[in-house]
Amino acid sequence: MPSANLSYRAVFALVLKRDLTIALRHKDDIINPLLFFVIVVTLFPLGIGPEAQTLSRIAPGIIWVAALLATLLSLDRLFKSDHNDGSLEQMLLSPQPIFILVLAKIVAHWLITGLPLILVAPLLAVLLHLNEQSYGALMLTLLLGTPILSLLGAIGVALTVGIKKGGVLLSLLVLPLYIPVLIFATSAIDTAALGLPYSGQLAIIAALFFGSLTLAPFAVGAALKVSTN
Amino acid sequence: MILRKELHDPNQKLTDKHPLDLTTYNVNRHLDRKNREIATLPVNPTTNQAKPLLSAANLTCIREERLLFDQLNIEINAGDIVQVEGPNGSGKTSLLRILAGLSQPFEGDVFFNNHAINTCKEEFHQDLLYLGHLPGVKGEMSAQENLSFNLALHGANDKEVNTEAILAEVNLTGFEDSLASHLSAGQHRRISLARLYQSKARIWILDEPFTAIDKQGVQALEQLFKVHIAQGGCVILTTHQDLLTFAPQQVKKITLDYVFE
Repeated sequence: MPSANLSYRAVFALVLKRDLTIALRHKDDIINPLLFFVIVVTLFPLGIGPEAQTLSRIAPGIIWVAALLATLLSLDRLFKSDHNDGSLEQMLLSPQPIFILVLAKIVAHWLITGLPLILVAPLLAVLLHLNEQSYGALMLTLLLGTPILSLLGAIGVALTVGIKKGGVLLSLLVLPLYIPVLIFATSAIDTAALGLPYSGQLAIIAALFFGSLTLAPFAVGAALKVSTN
Repeated sequence: MILRKELHDPNQKLTDKHPLDLTTYNVNRHLDRKNREIATLPVNPTTNQAKPLLSAANLTCIREERLLFDQLNIEINAGDIVQVEGPNGSGKTSLLRILAGLSQPFEGDVFFNNHAINTCKEEFHQDLLYLGHLPGVKGEMSAQENLSFNLALHGANDKEVNTEAILAEVNLTGFEDSLASHLSAGQHRRISLARLYQSKARIWILDEPFTAIDKQGVQALEQLFKVHIAQGGCVILTTHQDLLTFAPQQVKKITLDYVFE
């Protein structure tokens, strides 16, 4: 037998590169969630009115809810197309450990959907008159929080990938898990606006991040095995 | 090669009394339990392989509340080519997926080198090449990228592999850099079959490999199967066509045939 054991890093890079290549050639995957995010956030000032005070009060909530829904919108792509064309089976049957394949796919998903959101968020924050002191908190919560959305979302997608119309079920499964992130992230941004330390909220988000980073890939692997059964 | 289809004989009287009992086998119904146990002894004493490469014991598969097969025992040795036959919906794909470890059987176990496949997953997957009825080809990637990803994922060393030469083997010269979404169904199938030319895995499980493949392609594949089994591998496949270049006695058959009553 040839040694079929690539190092974990090589497998990770292999799958990451493949998913990014596919996403860059199929630009909808990148543009759709980003466009949704921008549209939702820009509609709020139009609907509510341009008073700076009102807008800056609700800005953290709007940005975070929009980011959350944009991620939810893009989750379906994570495993669906691989499941439909049979490549998911091939991955499950490869001699590589599933969690590393899954982790690479989730990281690719975050790079495709989460990262662009973080990059445009400051611009949208200007539009919503976000308090100047809150920008740091906004960026930090998004940076720690959006990977959690991808990781937890992946569990939901893996569980529903075998179901024909799993979209509704996916939202029901995943949204409750997103709520702690939403609460602590917006609370951190509000606290920062008052000039108070927000490290407590940030620490909780970081804990959620590392917890889901270590556990979610295994849960996703197990869920995928059930879904392809 | 020892291949027996063991048939669970649902209590004869019971089935007679219950015409609604959907699944009954049309063969071996007369065997009683004792006879069946005798039948599980190796049928072919000339087989010198002590260890079957892949074997299954007492497999039972139930799909959509329908019994597809029951108490199925299979032993597949190196050098075997096994054709799974049966009408549509008789459980051919289910059987292959169970043998590959993708699906869990309702009852029974699959063994690789006499170890249950759940306990030696990594070794088993290194020695397994499963091609399902979906080609597993990404439309956004070129033929060459698809092939080299599939090969690398299954452990082939990138630098040693000449993907162009392999694609030439499956008549895809000139299409290396075409995006797979621009290629036909048969060409998709060829991209996934191209892996066979580089595979070091001994167990090939192929679900309808000839779908959408032209006549010359089928012949080339059969040739490839011959080389593979000669090198000590085994091939398990489903197909509705006969394997033309193989002598009938060379091909072992598993027939899944239930009858509705």
